[in-house]
Amino acid sequence: MMMNGKDDYIIEVNHVSMCFNAAKEKVDNFKEYIIRLATRKLYFDEFWVLNEISFKVKYGEVLGIVGYNGAGKSTLLKIIAGVMKPSKGSVIRKGSMAPLIELGAGFDMDLSARENIYLNGAILGHSRKYISDKFEQIIDFSELHSFIDMPLKNYSSGMTARLGFAIATITEPDILIIDEILAVGDFKFQQKCHDKISSMLDNNTTVIIVSHSIDQIESLCTHAIWLENGDIKLMGDAKNICKQYRLS
Amino acid sequence: MLIQPIKNFNKYRFLLQELVLRDVKLKYRRSVLGIFWSLLNPLLTMTVITIIFSQLFRFDVPNYHLYILTGIVLFSFHSEATTSAMNSILNNSGLIKKVYIPKYILVFAKTASSLVNLGFSVIAIFVILLFSDVKFTLINLMFPLPLLYLFIFATGIGLILSVYTVFFRDLAHLYTVGLTAWMYLTPIIYPIEIVPEKFHFIVKTINPLYYFLLCFREIILYSQPPSLQLHFSCLSIALFTFIVGLYVFFKNQDRFILHI
Repeated sequence: MMMNGKDDYIIEVNHVSMCFNAAKEKVDNFKEYIIRLATRKLYFDEFWVLNEISFKVKYGEVLGIVGYNGAGKSTLLKIIAGVMKPSKGSVIRKGSMAPLIELGAGFDMDLSARENIYLNGAILGHSRKYISDKFEQIIDFSELHSFIDMPLKNYSSGMTARLGFAIATITEPDILIIDEILAVGDFKFQQKCHDKISSMLDNNTTVIIVSHSIDQIESLCTHAIWLENGDIKLMGDAKNICKQYRLS
Repeated sequence: MLIQPIKNFNKYRFLLQELVLRDVKLKYRRSVLGIFWSLLNPLLTMTVITIIFSQLFRFDVPNYHLYILTGIVLFSFHSEATTSAMNSILNNSGLIKKVYIPKYILVFAKTASSLVNLGFSVIAIFVILLFSDVKFTLINLMFPLPLLYLFIFATGIGLILSVYTVFFRDLAHLYTVGLTAWMYLTPIIYPIEIVPEKFHFIVKTINPLYYFLLCFREIILYSQPPSLQLHFSCLSIALFTFIVGLYVFFKNQDRFILHI
């Protein structure tokens, strides 16, 4: 783990704002575009999902983000993960990152699990050789030995999720980003996922978790942020935030 | 400023490889003849067109069937590459919304898969070449050059199309029509000589495909090395289009996620 004195923040979120067009439908054809242009309805209500969010995360910190539906939690997570660029502000990340935001993004249902492991691994930025080395580990973790050459379309959703989780967690990242994914598969597999994440926590990985389960945040996190309508309502010690969040 | 994107491309080159592999694998997976279709397709089209046109019109073109075949192969590559590249961003919206990947990889993957198919079609050309009275010479081996130029050109066009299709879905339909016009503007089944002199400028100035095709045919059909000037024209058209494509793409790519 890299520790360099006073500059020991691993993630810095500086004045991040995100704006969506709140139009009911997107203008994506010429006819509509021209009509709207003529009637000057092209630039309608802007909708700010996040307003001037700033915070810093230290190495090894476990940060939970809580808030009601539509508070901007997932948008914030996607911005930190680099999936979206913020409308304003910037995010500075140091070190490698494994996003467990959507498991198995980019799985191709016509390909077998074996082929999908390589494809999904490449989407996460791994080389073919790296995945070959970790191949057994992925299969072992997902417990899908006998189905490995079956096309993914014949998999149950639980099996697909297991495979996704197994691929996403083969790295030992500096930053782990988790969005409501601890509800993967059956009870036994969920326990396995929890253990895996706990072991990553022990390795001093920096973690950001979004969850609706306040118990989960309370038990895993050291710090927490409470988002409300795109603003930070409260920020600080996880226990304290969770207590207030429960009371609200 | 340039180092970061190159490093990034290097990291994600395996993704490009996997995506191309997937496309090639899936294209013919359930068909009996599989990958041979890439060979058979241009051959069968050539047969149909040669039969029709050698009866209907009598163009004074030696090795007319090869003339047509080279035209069909190059144009179908161009059409396949640009059309699939155009839809690549929209079709992968799920992926783009969920994980970070360099988005241009998706466009490159499509044109690269088409290039693989083109490779098979070129084999078909050489098979026909063996059975024709065109003499096989070393000059024939220059054939990858015009294909490379065309590949760079098609990728550039694909980048531009993929961007604007995200913002205006109508473009997908317009481009289909545009491609038909483009096909007839390109000397695929007719020799340029039958076009009246005063219309030559249409084919020659607004249709870059003419040059790629000319270059390819000189090598394959007439076994003569294309002039340096022709090489230079092809390369500069290709690079110019590619750079414009990259510029347009990078300028707009952050807004994709709001529109897909």
